Amino acid sequence: MDLLENSGPIPLLSVLVFAPLCAAIVVLALPSARAVRFWTLVFTLFEAAFSLRLFFGFDVRTTAFQFVERGRWIPWLGANYALGVDGISLVLVLLTTCLMPLCVLCSWHQIQRRIKEFMICLLMVESALVGVFCALDLVLFFVFWEAVLVPMTVVIGVWGGSRRVYAAIKFFIYTMAGSVFLLVAIIALFLRSGTFSIPELMTRDLGRAFQTWIFLAFAVSFAVKVPMFPLHTWLPAAHVEAPTAGSVLLASVLLKMGTYGFVRFCIPITPDATRFFAPWLVLLSVFAIVYGGLVALAQNDLKRLVAYSSIGHMGFATLGIFVLNSHGLNGALFVMINHGITTGALFIAVGMIYERLGTRDLDRAAGLGKNMPVFASVFGVFALSSLAFPGTNSFIGEFMVLTGGFSWARAFSELWWARMIVFVVAGVVIAAAYNLRMLQRVAFGNATNPDHSKVRDVDLRETLTLLPLCALVFWIGLNPGPLMRVWHASTEYLLQRF
Amino acid sequence: MTEFLPELIFALGPLALFALSLCSATVTHARRLAVGVASAAILGCIVALGRETVLFDGAYRLDLFSQFMKLMFGFGYLAVVLVSGELPDIRPEVKSEYFLFLTLSVAGLVTLVSSVELVTIVISLELVSVPLYALVAMRREGAGHRMQMESAIKYIVFGIAATGLMLFGMSQLYGLTGTTVLTELMPRLQPMMHSPLAVTGLVLAMAGLFYKLAVFPFHFWTPDVYQGGSNETTSLIASLPKLGAAAVLVRVTALAGHENRPLVLLLSALAIFSMFYGNLIALVQNDLKRLFGFSGIAHAGYALIGFVTLDYEGYTAALYYVTGYVFMILACFVVLCRTASAGENLALEGLAGLYRRSPLLALTLLLGVFGLAGVPPLAGFMGKFVLLKAAFAKGHLALVIVTIINSVIAVYYYLLIVREAFFCEPVDRHTIQLDLPTRFLCVGLAAAVIWIGIAPGWLLEQLSQCVRGILALGM
Repeated sequence: MDLLENSGPIPLLSVLVFAPLCAAIVVLALPSARAVRFWTLVFTLFEAAFSLRLFFGFDVRTTAFQFVERGRWIPWLGANYALGVDGISLVLVLLTTCLMPLCVLCSWHQIQRRIKEFMICLLMVESALVGVFCALDLVLFFVFWEAVLVPMTVVIGVWGGSRRVYAAIKFFIYTMAGSVFLLVAIIALFLRSGTFSIPELMTRDLGRAFQTWIFLAFAVSFAVKVPMFPLHTWLPAAHVEAPTAGSVLLASVLLKMGTYGFVRFCIPITPDATRFFAPWLVLLSVFAIVYGGLVALAQNDLKRLVAYSSIGHMGFATLGIFVLNSHGLNGALFVMINHGITTGALFIAVGMIYERLGTRDLDRAAGLGKNMPVFASVFGVFALSSLAFPGTNSFIGEFMVLTGGFSWARAFSELWWARMIVFVVAGVVIAAAYNLRMLQRVAFGNATNPDHSKVRDVDLRETLTLLPLCALVFWIGLNPGPLMRVWHASTEYLLQRF
Repeated sequence: MTEFLPELIFALGPLALFALSLCSATVTHARRLAVGVASAAILGCIVALGRETVLFDGAYRLDLFSQFMKLMFGFGYLAVVLVSGELPDIRPEVKSEYFLFLTLSVAGLVTLVSSVELVTIVISLELVSVPLYALVAMRREGAGHRMQMESAIKYIVFGIAATGLMLFGMSQLYGLTGTTVLTELMPRLQPMMHSPLAVTGLVLAMAGLFYKLAVFPFHFWTPDVYQGGSNETTSLIASLPKLGAAAVLVRVTALAGHENRPLVLLLSALAIFSMFYGNLIALVQNDLKRLFGFSGIAHAGYALIGFVTLDYEGYTAALYYVTGYVFMILACFVVLCRTASAGENLALEGLAGLYRRSPLLALTLLLGVFGLAGVPPLAGFMGKFVLLKAAFAKGHLALVIVTIINSVIAVYYYLLIVREAFFCEPVDRHTIQLDLPTRFLCVGLAAAVIWIGIAPGWLLEQLSQCVRGILALGM
């Protein structure tokens, strides 16, 4: 089947990928901090609007890659310039572009020095992220994959918290160490099949033994990015020490690069190996859900709590992917999008608390609801979403993943430990526990709380930042159909072989 | 006549510089003349590109490979002259001679890439090396130590030993085949390449080139010479001779044919040792030049992987890698030279807060260092990618794994440099003033590093055509 549909007159994807870089160059020429902030905000809003054009021009009935652009890049090497989106990439591109204006808004007052360089880094990250999700050539994909690292490291290391240098260096080395295996796998794939093109590789049949090695190499690098236990130790450091916008980008989008890699590469290119290793990765995911939840339950630092909750949520995503059935994979995609929305919102909210109180300690932030009622209500919405309360967006994803997990356990009932899937339910309860603990402390507190009478409630900018996310929580939670229809054809195509 | 334009310019240029140095000129005049020579050289190389001639009974050949390499040397020469600046740490009485020796060394490089006969190669190599020995010794005396003299002596002694080994190996090659001209040597040597004498002769003949490239075990001079020479001298030694050595190594390794198990094993071993040695010791260095020296040894190991493949893809990859390396290391050194304004040896802490003191230098350093670390989309990544692809295609999986492990090890010490420059606060607050040539150089080197990484198509095509030309000579 032909997997490529050509794009129209405007190279929409190239514009989406490279426009942030051009905007970053413009930032260099701007005179004042105010101009820089407004320009970046306006530009990211335009970029989000452009990406919505992608959404409305997308044909949900076909599994082909759409808006495809191809060009010569390095003929000597065999690497081409190829961009295209299918349903899965599309929603991730939308997630990136729609979160960027919110990142700019939440850094409005928090970043006070070297604002130009900060916005340049944010724009470079956006460019690289959109490139990762759109790339249809392995070399191009790898270049964008690694290109995310440098500006992100600079964001963490220059504008971060007290242990920012440690966190930045750990993040860089850990992720780069994982990526080098991806590099070897890419070269091996080329030498075996003669092409770097992802759509072509998706249709090739590679031998079982070869697939095993490729899968292992892919799995290591994607597992570092997701992050799966036990390669997750960079996450708490990086998320906690990054500035708010950095944490939002890290949690909402960078983690999705890993799961996107699993979906885009492991499932179509190495299906036999995926089928072979899937039960182990399911086990790791279940462990991550419970582990992330338990550690989050013990945290007193708000940001650390949300960071560990990310590990738990991404456990749901990888669980959904590796049960290799329709409920699971669609649920995993929901979890990815919803986690981006919810955890992004939680980090923004925690950032607002930090801006007011100068601390992220749960005990010092206790009882804020008395003086910040609007904030506490919105925070409550996100906390409920994080625990997957029905009616919120996360419920759809986790429910589908659980359904997929139980189908898997029944299909694999000869594996005695397939019953471990039931621990996921325990994981959901633990998630409820830590989210409600966090909400209770922040909104209501104890009998005696610290004095918060000088703390002001959310202003217009902060409301504008949180409101779209709140609306999305309910919209996806109550009407998830339109969203799922975008990627449904692609996921069914991917699961054909299973 | 126009095909010899580069050689003519490099013959007249040193003469002009010599005349200038006789009449007590200032360093500015000498530098300006050197910039003129460099610009003329670049123009001459562009004019002479694509010419083909053979001279001196087949000892000196102009072909696509040599002319293209001369163009690269022209650009590198211009960059090194601009990096040299005011030469703060050279003895004042020899400052104008400094540019004379620099030009002579590059003249040697220009003749080196055209030398296709064993003795001519040695002569050209000596023409490259001897001015460098003098340049290292030209540094000012430090208080209570004569570090530059120690470095110069080490450089000379190791260099002479390496040349001696090289001549020994070449004598064996001559003895086996009866000729020293490479084009005649290749077909006569290849039937004999399975014999131990041929392999030994070839490897010893490469010794002088390994010395210049700083491959283990010919690397012992590197950290001391880098540290003892002045910053500008080290920027020259770290960049251009390596490209020259890699270029001639292509010609010499092509003698071995396409299949030679002992040679492949030996080169692989040298590459692996160089990589681990360079990277592991660089981890604990505090002096920046020493750190770049050890990292240079590791990069020589990476480049050697291209030679292990013994086919045109690998040679192209190696040349591409070393070309990118030249620009990246020059980017790092221009920052070093300008930050150490009195010409002192800079420690890691000396870079603290560079992003405040000079954003342009900090950006150049970032690109140079991350390029060396192999981060996309810069030149170092694409170079490593091309090398690994060539090596993997020939089945050297172990080499590939070792290389990627070393890349990750190296990232740590490069990150330390970036940490000092970007994440730490400056000790002294004064900004570093840059003059126009330096700004131009920083932007040019940054653009080169990015361009070689993102759009390498043209460069790779040119280099692969050059290499094919060399390999076709022996068929």
